[in-house]
Amino acid sequence: MVVLEVKKLSKQWKHIKAVDSISFDVNEGEVFGFLGPNGAGKTTTIKMLVGLTKPTSGSAHVAGYDIVKEPGEVKKRIGVVPENSNLYDELTVQENLRFVSKLYHIRAQRRESRINELLDIFQLKEYSNRPFGKLSKGLKRRTVLAAALLHEPQIVFMDEPTSGLDVLSARNLREIISGLADSGVTIFLTTHYIEEAGQLCDRIALLVKGKIVEIDSPEALRNRVQDTPLLQIRVDEGPQISLEDLKGLRAEKISLNQGELLIHTTDVQGVLYEIMKIAADKKVTILDVQTVKPGLEDAFIQLTGLSLEYMKAEKEGKK
Amino acid sequence: MSLGEELGGILAIIEKDLKAYYFKPPNISWGILFPIVLALSFSLRSPEGLADLAPGLIAMAALFGTTSMEAIVITFEKRIGALERLQLAPISLVSILVSKVLGGTIFGLVISTVMAFLATMFLGAEITNLLAFTMILLLTTIVHSALGALVAVSVKEVFEAQTLSNYFRFPMIFLCGIFLPLDKMPIVLQYLARLLPLTYSVEALREAMTGTNGTILLNVLILSGYSVLLLYLSVAQFRRNQE
Repeated sequence: MVVLEVKKLSKQWKHIKAVDSISFDVNEGEVFGFLGPNGAGKTTTIKMLVGLTKPTSGSAHVAGYDIVKEPGEVKKRIGVVPENSNLYDELTVQENLRFVSKLYHIRAQRRESRINELLDIFQLKEYSNRPFGKLSKGLKRRTVLAAALLHEPQIVFMDEPTSGLDVLSARNLREIISGLADSGVTIFLTTHYIEEAGQLCDRIALLVKGKIVEIDSPEALRNRVQDTPLLQIRVDEGPQISLEDLKGLRAEKISLNQGELLIHTTDVQGVLYEIMKIAADKKVTILDVQTVKPGLEDAFIQLTGLSLEYMKAEKEGKK
Repeated sequence: MSLGEELGGILAIIEKDLKAYYFKPPNISWGILFPIVLALSFSLRSPEGLADLAPGLIAMAALFGTTSMEAIVITFEKRIGALERLQLAPISLVSILVSKVLGGTIFGLVISTVMAFLATMFLGAEITNLLAFTMILLLTTIVHSALGALVAVSVKEVFEAQTLSNYFRFPMIFLCGIFLPLDKMPIVLQYLARLLPLTYSVEALREAMTGTNGTILLNVLILSGYSVLLLYLSVAQFRRNQE
C-alpha cells in the first residue's frame, strides 16, 4: 500500500527553484531515503510534505490525504523528527512527552501508558525527570524521536537524524530506526551521510538541485557502478599530479583530493601504466595503489555528477 | 480539526508556556518588582494626585507585562524551532497564536493586578466599578499581548523584538494619557493618541475606577476590535513569512 504519493511537486522561493517537479511513491513499512548535498531541496521537500510550506505546484498525498487541502488529517498521521532537537529545555523529558501527547489529542487514559511505553523502548526511563536541556545530544535525539512516535503515526519524517551525534550515539540511533522499520513504521529519511542511507534504506532517491536523478535500492545503485572498477592511488606530499596532467586518460571519471586520486575506469592496467609514467615525469612518489569495489558513495558521485571534493566538504560541513 | 481538539491544543500550549517561560522565578520577581518600583517612584516623587495616576500605571504595567515577555517567548521559540513543532501538530495556526496571546495575557494580568492592588492599598486609588475594571484590564492585556505577538512574528531575533517593542511602548506611555490628560495635548498628538489602543485602556480604566460611565462600552468595543485586528495581522504576517 502506498503511504506517500508525490506527483510533480515543485517549490519556488522567489528566484530559486528549490524543488523541481519531483515524483515518487513510498510504500507502507518502507524506509525511503532522500539523499542529496546541502541545498539540494531535501528540507524544502519535507517542509511541503509535513505542511510547513505550500508547494508552488504539483500534489502530494499522505495516507490518502491531500497535503494542501487536508493538512489537519495529514498532521494526525505523520511524525516529524527535525534536524534540530526542538523540545523544551525547561521541561523534563516526561513533561515534554506529556505536552506533545496533549497536542496530538491522546486521551488521558492512554497518555501515561504510551509515554511509559516509549520511555522503555528508547531507554529513557532513568532520565524521565531530567530537564530536556540537560540531556546529551544522543538522549535529546531519542527523546525527540519518542515524541514523534507518541501518536503512533503511519509515517515518520526524519531530517538528518544522526547529524551532530558522536559515533556511538549515531549507531544507537540507527539501531533504533532499524527497529522501528522492522516493526512496520514507514520512514522517510533525509541524510547526506551516504553510507547511513545505504544501511538503513530500502530505496533511495538521489536529489540534486531540486531534481530526483535516480530512485532505486542501495544495492541496485551500487550495481550500476560495479562494472566500472575504481582505482585508488595515494601519492606522497611534495610534487603533485594535477587534473590537467590526467586529461588524456581513458577514464570515466577522475577525482583528486589532497593526495588521493580516484579513477573510475574499465581499463585499469592501461590507466595505471599511464599514471606511472606521469608520476615518473613529475617526480611524484606513489605510496599506494588499490582497485576497490565502488560503494554507494561512488554510485552517488557518478550518478549525480558531483565531485569527490564536494562530497568531502559536505561531510565536513563546509558546504 | 474539531473545536474540542483546537481548545485542547490551546490549553496545552498555554499550560506549557506558563510552566516553561512565564512562571519562572526571575520572570515572576521581575513582574512583581516592576509595578512596585513604578508605584514607589511615583509616590516618592509627588505624593499628591497619585490616585489620578493609578489607571495609567495599571495600564502601563499591563502593557509592559504582556509585550515584554510575549515578544521574547515567540521569537525564542521561532529561533529554536519549537514554534515549528507546534505547527506540525494537528492544531491551526490561529489557535497557536491565540494560545501564545493568552499565555502573555495571563502573565500581564498577574502583573497589572499586583499594580492595581498596590494602587488601591498605597496610592489612595479606588475601583468603583469592579466588573468594568476587570473587563477593561482583561481586554488591555489581550490587546497588548496580541501587539507583542505581531512584533514577534515580524522579526527574527529576540533583540529585534525588544527594540521594535520599544518603538511602540515608549511613545504610548507619553501619548496615551498616562501622565498628561489627552485634552491638554496638541491636537495632532490627540489624533495620534486615538490610533493607539492604550489610550482607550487608560480612559476606560479611569472611568471604571472613578465611577464615571461615559465611554466604557465604546472603549470595550474598540479594544475588542484592536485585539481581533492585531491577531489577524499576526497570523497574516506569520503566513507571509513562511511563503
